[in-house]
Amino acid sequence: MSESEVAVPGHGALLEESPYAIPSRKLTMWLFIISDAVTFGAFLFAYGYIRVATPSWQRPFESASVINVIVMTFALITSSLTMLGAVDASKAGDKAKATRFIYFTTVLGIVFAALHIREWFQLFGRGITISSGIFGQTFFTITGLHLLHVISGVIALFIVASMYSREKLTPGHVETTGLYWHFVDLVWMFVVPLVYLTNIAR
Amino acid sequence: MSAETASGNVIRKYLPVYFVLLGIFLVEVFLAFRSFSTPLLVAMLLLLALCSAALGLMYFMHLAEERRSLFLSLIPVTIFVLLMMNMIWSDSVRLLQMRPPGQ
Repeated sequence: MSESEVAVPGHGALLEESPYAIPSRKLTMWLFIISDAVTFGAFLFAYGYIRVATPSWQRPFESASVINVIVMTFALITSSLTMLGAVDASKAGDKAKATRFIYFTTVLGIVFAALHIREWFQLFGRGITISSGIFGQTFFTITGLHLLHVISGVIALFIVASMYSREKLTPGHVETTGLYWHFVDLVWMFVVPLVYLTNIAR
Repeated sequence: MSAETASGNVIRKYLPVYFVLLGIFLVEVFLAFRSFSTPLLVAMLLLLALCSAALGLMYFMHLAEERRSLFLSLIPVTIFVLLMMNMIWSDSVRLLQMRPPGQ
């Protein structure tokens, strides 16, 4: 008989330790991330095959777009670093510092989204839309799905920061939100090379 | 150790990973301006993206600090599913072109 069953006869299973030694909230986020990674994987695989199989592929990105993408990527990777600071400060019990870091991450997320939308409008101005051909369809679908994740993340970060500062959420919530935000960053590391860098105008 | 010191340390601790991620990205940009064939360029960029993703996963998402059972439950399964997807998508391209393989 296990130790937990001795402690509460008949309810041993309720007290069993998680095999992963992490809270159920965090495990749930990991499972969400894995399923979301497979979703992005499907889109990127589809894009990759169509891209390589299409000889006359549109290459619309000039150096201004590449500079825009460099700034966007810098903002997103930096936001992951500030999120690490937020998680660590919340674990150390420094509520004010954790909240500041989360708001800073939120601002970087907003900068990323704004630059992304600006890039979209520049493409619209050149007649490239989701209905203008195979490039537009794949580009706006993949970057749109990622942008949706960024906007959701920004909203989640704002809510977590305001509720955590009012002691309505715990450091565990900050950590779980951080996991999601790092995942958004991680997906971008595949979107940039495949969708932007292989389509630079020559 | 004060809370202030603790949260300052974590930024310093992960700063090398941050710079490596930025470095890999700049290498990707550099490669994109070189004249490689598209399949070769895609392969090189994907390899670098995988390196970035592994760093992000292990250090930013702290998978390296979790129990190995979590890693073994999540990552091999995900890779397996993605590889299986790879099998299906090649077939979907064939269907797009409406011709049997090899013709």
